[in-house]
Amino acid sequence: MSSPFSINGGACVAMVGKDCVAIACDLRLGLQALTVSNNFPKIFQYGDVFLGLTGLATDVSTVSDLFRYKVNMYRLREERNIAPSTFANLVSSSLYERRFGPYFVSPVVAGLDPKSGRPFICGFDSIGCIDFAKDFIVSGTASEQLFGMCESLWEPDLGPDDLFETISQALLSAVDRDALSGWGAHVYIVEKDKVTKRLLKGRQD
Amino acid sequence: MDSLVARYSRPATLNRETFSEDLQDGLHDDMNPGLSLKFAMPPVAQPSAWLRAATDDHANPNCPIKIAHGTTTLAFRFQGGIIVATDSRATAGNWIASQTVKKVIEINSCLLGTMAGGAADCQYWLAWLGMQCRLHELRHKRRISVAAASKILANLVYQYKGMGLSMGTMCAGVTKEEGPALYYIDSDGTRLAGNLFCVGSGQTFAYGVLDAEYRYDLGADEALELGRRSILAATHRDAYSGGYINLYHVKEDGWVKHGFSDTNPIFWKTKLEKGEFTNVTSALD
Repeated sequence: MSSPFSINGGACVAMVGKDCVAIACDLRLGLQALTVSNNFPKIFQYGDVFLGLTGLATDVSTVSDLFRYKVNMYRLREERNIAPSTFANLVSSSLYERRFGPYFVSPVVAGLDPKSGRPFICGFDSIGCIDFAKDFIVSGTASEQLFGMCESLWEPDLGPDDLFETISQALLSAVDRDALSGWGAHVYIVEKDKVTKRLLKGRQD
Repeated sequence: MDSLVARYSRPATLNRETFSEDLQDGLHDDMNPGLSLKFAMPPVAQPSAWLRAATDDHANPNCPIKIAHGTTTLAFRFQGGIIVATDSRATAGNWIASQTVKKVIEINSCLLGTMAGGAADCQYWLAWLGMQCRLHELRHKRRISVAAASKILANLVYQYKGMGLSMGTMCAGVTKEEGPALYYIDSDGTRLAGNLFCVGSGQTFAYGVLDAEYRYDLGADEALELGRRSILAATHRDAYSGGYINLYHVKEDGWVKHGFSDTNPIFWKTKLEKGEFTNVTSALD
């Protein structure tokens, strides 16, 4: 019950579509049963790459700031944006640096490869093991519910609009069965040269 | 003589915590005859300690049995009778097991009981209480008083003190003799008469709204709205409360149900039309 991963609550999911990816998170920040904030987004945009972070809220903030710093340094050195697959390896090695005192986060990375335009998503455990996936990645206190929803709703080659519908229904239904996440959601649909961000008005209980 | 002493000098708990046939017979003696209250006990030296190890997720997060918990219930007396309101969520750990639980139990046409704590404990013992009340009615040819009904329950749970029962309940009802009466009973054996109670993991949030707006001379519609609004506040802030709002009004001639309504439309109506809950974002910045 008092696992660092489930003190604050939260959920995140990413999905692959046809020439697009989607990533979504809930907005709750709690202290066990008490809901402290209903506006705590868990998705962070670094250029063309998106990082979703669930777990201990203090580590979500710290780790998101750390990667903003690292991505900015990369951009200054390389004079180009970081690619999603490169960023995934950066996340992995950065987390493994804390192998014996990990950040209590479960990251999700989503983006389109800048060269090929191919969708890329992956997830991690808290010490950096990469989970490459061709379909979807879930994380957070509602991950079991998200697995169930994604396994049943997701199908290959969804267009951006259908992908938005699918990821939204999956997330909203999943967090409605989890006491520690919900209270609204953010959804990003990433296409070539276009990012759409939407707010979902979820149940507020 | 020994058997008499043994029967009447037994402390509430401890001595009873052994596994034997005597125990079951002993329990049966104290109860009303003919009712099967022989619960199978786990074949270990200390059944209650064993049960706690298996079910108490505070003491042992890896406990194999998760019992449904988490609730907001409230009841208050006012000029026009009693308002009883509850949420409808049942959780087992972080898992929302149900959003449509009926936490108000209709004991008879003039008596209501509320459920908080262990779902099975409340359901079973309030149903049992309903039976006792009906038997009382048949035996005495008049309806049981709320005081008596609540005391039957309080005495019952006191017998099981220390055995791991978990319930926080309110009995609300009217009789000719008492008028509208409200009692709080919990599994520690506490039994209190009062004007206003909130019980459950969301009780503090409900008290917050209720205490701010409560007056004894509230009108019936105002009182119903206050009950609804208090539960709504609790479902919003408490992770383990939510689902539907169950509303009852206990009047002179019995209780009236005022719906089992989804919190979601009520919440957005309260926010958008009355301008409350400004903490919730409804548009991207």
